[in-house]
Amino acid sequence: MMKPIFRTVRALPLSGRIGLGLVLFWIAIAALAPLIAPYGVGTFVDEEVFSPASARLWLGSDYLGRDVLTRIIWGSRNTVFLALGAALMAVAIGTSVAMLAAIRGGWTDQILCRAMDTLISIPSKIFALVMVAAFGSSMTLLLAIAAFTYTPGNFRISRALAMNLVALDFVQVARARGERSFHIALREMLPNMIHPLLADLGLRFVFVVLLLSGLSFLGLGVQPPHADLGSLVRENISGLSSGALAIVAPAVAIATLTVGANLLIDAIKPGAKT
Amino acid sequence: MSPAAKAASVDVRGLSVHAVRADGSSKAIVEDISFSLPPGEVLALIGESGSGKTTIALAMMGFSRFGGTISAEEIRVGDMRIDQMDEHALTGVRGHRIAYIAQSAAAAFNPSRPIMAQVIEPLLVHGQCSRKAAEAKAITLFRALALPEPETIGSRYPHQVSGGQLQRLMAAMALISDPELVILDEPTTALDVTTQVEVLRTFKSVIAQSGATAIYVSHDLAVVAQVADRIVVLKDGRMCEDGRAGQILEAPANGYTRALLSAARPAARPASQTAAENVLTVSGIHAGYGRVTDGVPAIPVLTNIDFTLKRGATLGVIGESGSGKSTLARVIAGLLPAARGEVRLEGERIAPRMEDRSREQLRRIQLVFQNADTALNPAQTVGQILARPLAFYHGIKGAQAHARVAELLDMIRLPASIMDRRSNELSGGQKQRVNLARAFAAQPDVLLCDEVTSALDTVVGAAILDLIDELRRELGITTVFISHDITTVRAFCDQMLVLYAGTPVELSTRETFAGAVRHPYTRLLVDSVPEMDPEWLAQRAAAERPALAVSPSSGPRSQPLCRFLARCPVAVAGTCDVLPPPVQETAGQRLMCHHTTAQLAAPAPLSEPVAP
Repeated sequence: MMKPIFRTVRALPLSGRIGLGLVLFWIAIAALAPLIAPYGVGTFVDEEVFSPASARLWLGSDYLGRDVLTRIIWGSRNTVFLALGAALMAVAIGTSVAMLAAIRGGWTDQILCRAMDTLISIPSKIFALVMVAAFGSSMTLLLAIAAFTYTPGNFRISRALAMNLVALDFVQVARARGERSFHIALREMLPNMIHPLLADLGLRFVFVVLLLSGLSFLGLGVQPPHADLGSLVRENISGLSSGALAIVAPAVAIATLTVGANLLIDAIKPGAKT
Repeated sequence: MSPAAKAASVDVRGLSVHAVRADGSSKAIVEDISFSLPPGEVLALIGESGSGKTTIALAMMGFSRFGGTISAEEIRVGDMRIDQMDEHALTGVRGHRIAYIAQSAAAAFNPSRPIMAQVIEPLLVHGQCSRKAAEAKAITLFRALALPEPETIGSRYPHQVSGGQLQRLMAAMALISDPELVILDEPTTALDVTTQVEVLRTFKSVIAQSGATAIYVSHDLAVVAQVADRIVVLKDGRMCEDGRAGQILEAPANGYTRALLSAARPAARPASQTAAENVLTVSGIHAGYGRVTDGVPAIPVLTNIDFTLKRGATLGVIGESGSGKSTLARVIAGLLPAARGEVRLEGERIAPRMEDRSREQLRRIQLVFQNADTALNPAQTVGQILARPLAFYHGIKGAQAHARVAELLDMIRLPASIMDRRSNELSGGQKQRVNLARAFAAQPDVLLCDEVTSALDTVVGAAILDLIDELRRELGITTVFISHDITTVRAFCDQMLVLYAGTPVELSTRETFAGAVRHPYTRLLVDSVPEMDPEWLAQRAAAERPALAVSPSSGPRSQPLCRFLARCPVAVAGTCDVLPPPVQETAGQRLMCHHTTAQLAAPAPLSEPVAP
């Protein structure tokens, strides 16, 4: 089990290894947040706001005098699980529905396409506002909203990929063999569309971070005292003019996470000789 | 046409083309090529794909694909030293003094511009004459190339003319600047045999008229025999043999040349051992695309197909492209449900739709797709590809499946080590073998081979054919062999089904097919296959007769007329254009024609074609 993974990692180019390192780093931080955070997430630890880095507060304090490092560690937990989770869900649902549409064709395809067109026409922010107003903000709801918002976009892309594949001979061969749609989708088609899908996943991931930050800005995202990385940037915006670490550090965190994820995705080439 | 004196002689000494690989090392595509060609003669470059034919031909224009570097002691065309010219000087030569005719005219023409604008472009680019003069010259060329409506064909778009016409228009584009050297790169390979004859003939006469020196790139020795004065045989970027056409064709000195010659003309296989039972029965099949009303689809492709095959027998299905050959295979496999008629497997009627067939029925009929490049999933290894039918049909898994895959690979003469490779790491021939092995893995009763060798080189294709023939005899598999290559089908099959526009014009056993009685269309097909004899093309031209001119609306609509009417050289006015053709059955032969079998046996016209 470990051996092929190890071999895949060995085969990655330098950029891919950097990406993998960054992604693993943030996943580890997110998973271990309660253990490694030096202070409580909402604890006021400093008299001063926007204080610079010191031995006690490695990344200084934020606009309310809370420890920035602690807040980033907890914020990464929300961002990684919410954004990555939502992006994965959006891609999984979108791709499954798209392959169903491509394999069945005809009316099934038409109905699914029109349904997705309808969804894509709903403004995502307004939809999120309505949903949060109706049900109250919770992690589950935010996850569902973000996944729901980005499913149609992924559906469009993966349907285009799947449509090209369905017409290819090896899919016809599988059909002539009498294979079920599930096998055709999973074994014949998915391995041939995984790379563009991963690229799409990276893109959606960044979009979800933006959507969540936007919601947090309106006070409807992750609820205080918790915050995601996006809302950390937003809440410390007043420190921008003084170049406070409280705003630079979460921004760097977002950058490393998204760049890392995209570097990794670009480096993975399924089907390539290892 | 320009005076013949303008032709250039060609001298090539020590030509090599190197390509730079991704890791920076360089690899020779062609090496140490030397030949010389007197003015006005035609040189043929012959070899398999990857042998460097096109690379050499393009090097004559100082051009190399994929960033290769050309090095040579000398490349001389007339008074030009191509190897010493810079890019700017070469631009002035290309399309002006040296012209190039590409393999696929359909891909070489811009679909969104009228033909005339593209044909006269070389003249305008090099500023040789005015648009008006250029167009007049183009029309003269169109006439010389025997194109229909030479005055107006230029205003059409590329999709509005046929493939053969487009190829000739491509020749017009190349010849319009009165080049000293014309390079023809497989100009007839993509065409049907019947079209190939016409195109070949016009090319030959136009090149002779223009007096240009020509380099003809081809993989088909018989085609080359018709046009070439000299032949250079290539293998893996090196020259095998260089000599006069007659010597190469009659007394080849090189072993590879002999292999090429024998692969082009396969020896007839002995008749199959057949059992008494009927395995595959196809009766009254009508199929096509679009909505089906009263058993007739909106776009009919196949009409009234009947045949019966015993266990171990082979049927060859021949016809031009678009005649419904592949559709027939798809109908039998159930990928395209028949609108009417039935398919029986050992007497048992099977559902027209693949979805309604049982897994066992699906297993027993296996379809081998034409193009192994797309028929193998690039994301799967050879082992995975072959293991799937084993698990799916026979429930063989794990170590047992692994052993069986190794056995299958051995059967198709590939090393077991290939199991872990993906299809894109295999050569064309290896891919087609794996494609075949997948069908054999199901242990079918009926094997449908759809043009399995047409994408392969002659020698590789011949090896694949030998393999299929050997395995189907060994395993007693009933085979339907679809091909446009009549020579192969004749050598390979016990029965021949000739399709024209989806109608079965002739069904014969091998013995009767070899006899004198033939449907006029079959005769046309058989006679269109080029022979190694350099005189063949001229003889062929003398034997041709014009077809009966018919208006498409003549005859009662309810009864379909003979589909071949418009091209039939022996059509009889008042019969063929009025009544549908009757089906005549004799021992071992079924024909769809108005003529009696005695009349069809005579090669001469039966009656003078009547002018409208």
